[in-house]
Amino acid sequence: MTLLGFSSYLIALGTMSGIYALLCLGLNLQWGFAGLFNAGIAAFFAIGAYVAAILASADSAVHLGGFGLPVALAWPVAMAAAGALAWVIGRICLTLQGDYLAMASIGIAEVLRIIIKNEEWLTGGTRGIAAIPRPFETLLPAPWNNLAFLGLIVVLVAIVYLAAERAWASPWGRSLRAIRDSDVAAAAIGKNVAQFRLEAFVLGAMVMALAGALSAHYFKFLGTTAIEPLMVTFLVWVMLIVGGSGNNRGAILGAMLIWLIWSATELLTNRLPAEWITRSSYIRVLLIGLLLQVVLQKFGKGLLPEKPPRLVGERRETR
Amino acid sequence: MIKVENVSKSFGGIHAVEDCSLEVATGSVTGLIGPNGAGKSTLFNIIAGLLPPDSGKILLDGEDVTGWPAHRLFHKGLARTFQIAQEFSRMTVIENLMAVPSGQSGENLFKAWFAWGKVVAEERALRERAREVLAQLRLTHLEREYAGNLSGGQKKLLELGRTMMIRPKVVLLDELGAGVNRTLLGEIAGEIERLNREHGYTFFVIEHDMDLIARLCQPVIVMAEGRVLTQGSMAEIRRNEAVIEAYLGARHHKQVGGADA
Ligand SMILES: Nc1ncnc2c1ncn2[C@@H]1O[C@H](COP(=O)(O)OP(=O)(O)OP(=O)(O)O)[C@@H](O)[C@H]1O
Ligand SMILES: [Mg+2]
Repeated sequence: MTLLGFSSYLIALGTMSGIYALLCLGLNLQWGFAGLFNAGIAAFFAIGAYVAAILASADSAVHLGGFGLPVALAWPVAMAAAGALAWVIGRICLTLQGDYLAMASIGIAEVLRIIIKNEEWLTGGTRGIAAIPRPFETLLPAPWNNLAFLGLIVVLVAIVYLAAERAWASPWGRSLRAIRDSDVAAAAIGKNVAQFRLEAFVLGAMVMALAGALSAHYFKFLGTTAIEPLMVTFLVWVMLIVGGSGNNRGAILGAMLIWLIWSATELLTNRLPAEWITRSSYIRVLLIGLLLQVVLQKFGKGLLPEKPPRLVGERRETR
Repeated sequence: MIKVENVSKSFGGIHAVEDCSLEVATGSVTGLIGPNGAGKSTLFNIIAGLLPPDSGKILLDGEDVTGWPAHRLFHKGLARTFQIAQEFSRMTVIENLMAVPSGQSGENLFKAWFAWGKVVAEERALRERAREVLAQLRLTHLEREYAGNLSGGQKKLLELGRTMMIRPKVVLLDELGAGVNRTLLGEIAGEIERLNREHGYTFFVIEHDMDLIARLCQPVIVMAEGRVLTQGSMAEIRRNEAVIEAYLGARHHKQVGGADA
């Protein structure tokens, strides 16, 4: 491999890790903070990707589009759309006890996938949305534009990470953790359980949508394969659990590590004999599943386990 | 302070609370006793908004609060403990206490992001208060421990500690004594008496420990099979045939009459 080839491989690896890191940070807000089991991450990712793609892409006969909005506008709208969907789902599901959210979120994700596949006028169906502009692509020459896009992702991950860390250290995060540990006791100390859960759910969904938008603009093409539950929901859950749920750094570490391994297994399975290639997709899932088991055996709470935040404003007292 | 009017609640075929009416006077320490399964905890859960009653009314401070969610009742000044401790297990002991007060500006995410200085100042004050409470409950050395790692008795103390983080009007204590050592329980009883006398808190107390009830509570309400059997001073209760009947059997006979002998 040439140096240039290798560095673009690294840039691609970094870009995808960053997109997954955002997904994991979003899931951590929902599961790590609030104990909300979102089994439909793909739904919010898809909303983010499709809304951004439709708003930012050029006119096309195949699908809705031609608005040509700049990403600085398209991405916030995409996030708001996912937030609105999360708000509606949350209003219906989050007041109830039990795992209605898990079922509802799987259902919504599946319904959304079918809509995206069939409503061609809107999404292009299986033909998808092509020629989505990638930021910096015409501004800079070949490797530098990709590097600049990676830089943008790193900045966005950093912002979301810092915001999530502050949230974790704040009374907002503490109230959510209280609700996660015992919702009846949290209600008995005056916490509006439904409201707090809704906030965490909506916020997490918006971060997931940002990841979706970034992914659409990175690949420049968006089709139904990009929003498969396997590639989004399953992989993100594995990442968060391996990295350590309830730990924002764990979320990022898990995303980077599992994406590295996932890409490595692709290199491996590509060398398999032809009759095995078709089986490679589930072999990779099996491998990741095995890896999850091994990690959980050794690190029950993930590589970076949850830690209570340092008490706010506390100097390192020797107590 | 609390008025329960003809409240009923059944679970499937079990009539846990049946046409129950009672009153907890403002400024009193009212006891609630009765055999296992009498419906005491269910009644507490109805008063505190955890369970909706099938029928009947709950009044708090003269206001009809039937069907209010638990968090609204807390804001109106009603605090409670649970019979089975409900600690926030993956939070530290001090965090369990600091979570309590409502209206913390840092519970608003935008203030946590953009007005951090204010949040820090509030947290400092909150931490001092939490440390006072921990000292009173002899839990100071466990400040940084996960609440889930506490012993059963310590968890009950933590439950009480939560109610001490604020200035409630009325506190419901569900078998606080169970699992707490005698000496400390004596001190806690003293603290309850002090809060009642000096700050005018109203207490409504479920207990199986008759000595504790006799020391603290006036009046005492007896429940059996979901209904109020009688109420009065502990001395009156001890003489009441129906009460002794309700507790059934020699062991319970002793339990109710025991302290007299
Ligand atoms: N959630 C529930 N589902 C079904 N039955 C219940 C439920 N909660 C309570 N019960 C039933 O209601 C009755 C009253 O229970 P409750 O807990 O109120 O009794 P208690 O007076 O507090 O007893 P103890 O002194 O043992 O705590 C019992 O028969 C119990 O089995
Ligand atoms: Mg009980």
